[in-house]
Amino acid sequence: MNIVVNNKWIGQRTIRPDGVDKVTGRAAFAADTTMPGMIWGKVLRSPHPHARIRSIDTSKAEALPGVKAVVTSRDVVDFPLDKSVMLGIQDMRWMCRNVMARDKALFPGHPVAAVAATTEAIAAKACELIEVDYEVLPFSIEIEDAIKPDAPILHEFNKFEGKPSNIVGTLEHKKGDIDEGFKQADIIIERSFTTRPVHQGYIEPHACLISVTADGKATIWSSSQGQFMVRAMTSMLTGIPQSDIRAIPAEIGGGFGGKTIVYLEPLATLLAKKSGRPVKMVMTREEVMRATGPTSGSKSTVKIGAKKDGTIVAAQGTFYLQAGAFPGSPIRGAAGCSFAPYDIANVLSVGYDVCSNRSKVAAYRAPGAPIGAYAVECVLDEVAESLNMEPLEFRLKNAARQGTKAAHGPVFPRIGYIETLEAAKTSPHYSTPTGKLQGRGVASGFWFNAGGESSAQVNITEDGNVVVTTGHPDIGGSRAGIANVCAELLGIDYRRVSVIIGDTQTVGFSNLTGGSRVLFASSMVVTQATEKVINTLRERAAKIWEIDPEAVKWENGAAHPASPNAGQFEPLTLEQLAEKAPMQGGPIGAGVQLNTQGADGGFGTHICDVEVDIELGIARVIRYTAVQDVGRAVHPGYVEGQLQGGVAQGIGWALNEEYIYRSDGKVDNPGFLDYRMPVCSDLPMLDTILVEVPNPKHPQGVKGVGEVPLVPVMAAVANAIYRAVGKRFYALPMSPPKVLAGLDEPVQQAAE
Amino acid sequence: MTDIRYVAPQTLDEAVGAYAAAGSAARILAGGTDLLVQMRSGAVQPGLIVDIKKIKELTAVEELSDGGFRFGAAVPGAVLAEHPHFGKIWPGVLEAVNLIGSTQVQGRASAGGNLCNASPAGDSVPAMIAAGAVVTVQGPSGRRELKVEDVPAAPGRTNLKPGEILVFFTLPPRPPGSGDAYLRMIPRTEMDIAVVGCGVSLTLKDGVCTHARVGLGAVAPTALLVAPAAQALIGSRLDDAALNAAANACRAACRPIDDKRGTIAYRTQIAGVLLKRTVKIAAERAQGK
Ligand SMILES: Cc1cc2nc3c(=O)[nH]c(=O)nc-3n(C[C@H](O)[C@H](O)[C@H](O)COP(=O)(O)OP(=O)(O)OC[C@H]3O[C@@H](n4cnc5c(N)ncnc54)[C@H](O)[C@@H]3O)c2cc1C
Repeated sequence: MNIVVNNKWIGQRTIRPDGVDKVTGRAAFAADTTMPGMIWGKVLRSPHPHARIRSIDTSKAEALPGVKAVVTSRDVVDFPLDKSVMLGIQDMRWMCRNVMARDKALFPGHPVAAVAATTEAIAAKACELIEVDYEVLPFSIEIEDAIKPDAPILHEFNKFEGKPSNIVGTLEHKKGDIDEGFKQADIIIERSFTTRPVHQGYIEPHACLISVTADGKATIWSSSQGQFMVRAMTSMLTGIPQSDIRAIPAEIGGGFGGKTIVYLEPLATLLAKKSGRPVKMVMTREEVMRATGPTSGSKSTVKIGAKKDGTIVAAQGTFYLQAGAFPGSPIRGAAGCSFAPYDIANVLSVGYDVCSNRSKVAAYRAPGAPIGAYAVECVLDEVAESLNMEPLEFRLKNAARQGTKAAHGPVFPRIGYIETLEAAKTSPHYSTPTGKLQGRGVASGFWFNAGGESSAQVNITEDGNVVVTTGHPDIGGSRAGIANVCAELLGIDYRRVSVIIGDTQTVGFSNLTGGSRVLFASSMVVTQATEKVINTLRERAAKIWEIDPEAVKWENGAAHPASPNAGQFEPLTLEQLAEKAPMQGGPIGAGVQLNTQGADGGFGTHICDVEVDIELGIARVIRYTAVQDVGRAVHPGYVEGQLQGGVAQGIGWALNEEYIYRSDGKVDNPGFLDYRMPVCSDLPMLDTILVEVPNPKHPQGVKGVGEVPLVPVMAAVANAIYRAVGKRFYALPMSPPKVLAGLDEPVQQAAE
Repeated sequence: MTDIRYVAPQTLDEAVGAYAAAGSAARILAGGTDLLVQMRSGAVQPGLIVDIKKIKELTAVEELSDGGFRFGAAVPGAVLAEHPHFGKIWPGVLEAVNLIGSTQVQGRASAGGNLCNASPAGDSVPAMIAAGAVVTVQGPSGRRELKVEDVPAAPGRTNLKPGEILVFFTLPPRPPGSGDAYLRMIPRTEMDIAVVGCGVSLTLKDGVCTHARVGLGAVAPTALLVAPAAQALIGSRLDDAALNAAANACRAACRPIDDKRGTIAYRTQIAGVLLKRTVKIAAERAQGK
């Protein structure tokens, strides 16, 4: 494939098409939608972390004036436990039980019934009138409790090593001979780490408005990372065929992976169907924090062996991840990504998926990879230190490159990891001295990236402009990127390209916005569709000029004779050809649908400076540079935004964010006051360095960029804190009470 | 569903009348930045809301002839910040009031609401205690005065009697060589709730501390006046020994809880650290630095 090089628009910081609406407050998010006759849905949630549901009596709620419908698990399509039915990465057996508890409630906040009524207050009152007979069961939340031999078992059918267990899945990546590898090592360091569950922290709570007409046709307005995912899940959980569900994507106020599954849509659809009225549901922040997916808490052990010359000879990782109520923690990311930046002969990386009584995890930016990288990159820092090697040099010495076989399987094509290390090393940040109680840490990270199904339609309007329709909710600025690509190919001003996100019934199937896939995949289909349009335009000009289409070239927004031999003709612009279209064969447009391939993994290397207030235990990030191989930055502003956003989230994960549980199993901090995401003033300007090693399998050289930026952060912060205060912390978050207690430790020991 | 009645009287007498008549179901609304949050969460469901922002006495800031200050209980933080002199004389009180929330919250939130909300972590309260502020309250049986430290009774409860409304704060005149300061420990840099808060007001004469008051927040069920800490400072040149003694007095006064915001050990330790840092800032201000 030829990479576009003569760029006018690719690489430009064009204004995002959705910008004005967002800054003026006009953008319509799911909670902004209303319909005549609309009623309100509310969910009754389990107060218990673990309880058998003996019976549910909804009669009093149904009798309450204003109540129009009540649904329970009886109304949701059941997927029996003995047969797995996958939709993307989700198993519908778990999805059907997650949206509505069946025989057991598995976490506080687990839906047990839903009500629709004429007002929110009546719906809430009706929820109180539902009588649920619970047999309360013992519960476990933390991994160590859930894997104890006598732990209460969430899913009795699941067996591990022959016995009922909360270990619901394992994954192993193996390369070489791990025991032999460690025998060759001059130095071996083994450490254990814990991380707490953290929420994606999207500002917009889940919301939807759903109408089901008398003839059974459903329309869904909702905020998600994939209208097709919403349609398919809702179809499977309600029994309405996909052809009868039109899922319209609202503008999305953040997702970060957390909106790749459904919570409300199937319930609102069932309520709308039962009541005959449009049903709106909006979660409170508390519901979001209690019942929607954070990512896993974890417990991991990493052992790395190296030779005196700095060669890593063996690396072993064991990663236990909390799945929450249902199987499916991201062990693939933890076990698969964590050693991927390195060329190591002997690797054993094992993941354990552990269920416990808290909300089911959902994807969060590079799911699992930050957890694995935190442990691995911290141990690497210790190995480098004990070998007296500079940490970036140590990484360079062991860096994966083209031809390296990764433990998770692939042999790497041309990758840009080494370039990120070199760029970090020569960055102005890296050579600036640090001051007192300040320290600098580095860490790297890898994420797989994804391709998959995408569709696009490119239409030329009658006045010679362009409308591009794609099927992915735009979370990170993809509309702007697509406008740049299409304008580049057509040779016109990008403002003449209008990019629209289609709904499920107006654009072809497009997989969800996740896996850092959207610009990679959609620019591929948009490129092919635009090329088809250009061919049509050349054919039209050829017809008018009465020459061969091959003798027409497309340049600067117009058809030209390819060479003087082709004849002497005035160029025909896009506008002119659009005007002539009715007489020359009709409307001009093309659609392309592909299962895109060739999304190569991405690498990043981060530099973090912290300053520690040792009296208060506060670590503050004072300078940060994220270096990443981004393939080709079609819109550098949004690529930088992705890097900065990922770093901000990682700093939160490292320093303050955590789910805190009360002894009764309930989350104690279900809001942004006590679930401490960083605020603006907590962070310095986050610097970025974009390394561009184009992806040879993509027309513009694009690689996914959205997830890698979260992967190295926690290790970079932890390594920086160590350099500042000489103390290593092995548990996240490194919040002030923990840092202060840690700093006090040696003093207390001395005093004893 | 409950219906809520809302009144916004122009005079204090009307407000007291309406408030007292409605009994325990009524709530005063100043900025509403606590009240509305509590209503939304279902923690309070008032039958009557008495908005006091239309009452002149409750929204005025006045410099008194003796050099003291009087400002209405409902004065928003942003208005106090705009007063030409207040922040020069009471920089610590002002910084404490202005720490509440964000720019948006500052447009509404009042020191009166902060005090009457009776959170042990309210930011303005330790600074007001340190300043020696007195509040005037008015109820069905007339007016009375209370020291700020005597207003909170327990988390979420005050010593105001039924029907009593906090009218204004009075801050005493400042002798030359005085300064005050407020610091809080929060894990973030803003939009957070104090894990420990410390207010200090002091007067220096020829380098010697002649007067001091210390207020501590978030380390006990109510904000505390820590007299032993002040005693440790008075008569000293704020040397290390005095600062350590005052820090230890603060730690000794702590009766905190372990919760999601901090541990007993952490809060106790930090109370002493903040005391020292706050004294240093107050002393610099007293010396006109
Ligand atoms: C986003 C956000 C951030 C915040 N950050 C902080 C912070 O950093 N630090 C902090 O301390 N607080 C903070 N708060 C809490 C709140 O803003 C403060 O407590 C504020 O001072 C309350 O003042 P108000 O005028 O809004 O009170 P209101 O909400 O109007 O009233 C609070 C309570 O006091 C009663 N009351 C008010 N005035 C009187 C009166 N004159 N007489 C009798 N009773 C009265 C009310 O009935 C109510 O019970 C924050 C709140 C929000 C929403």
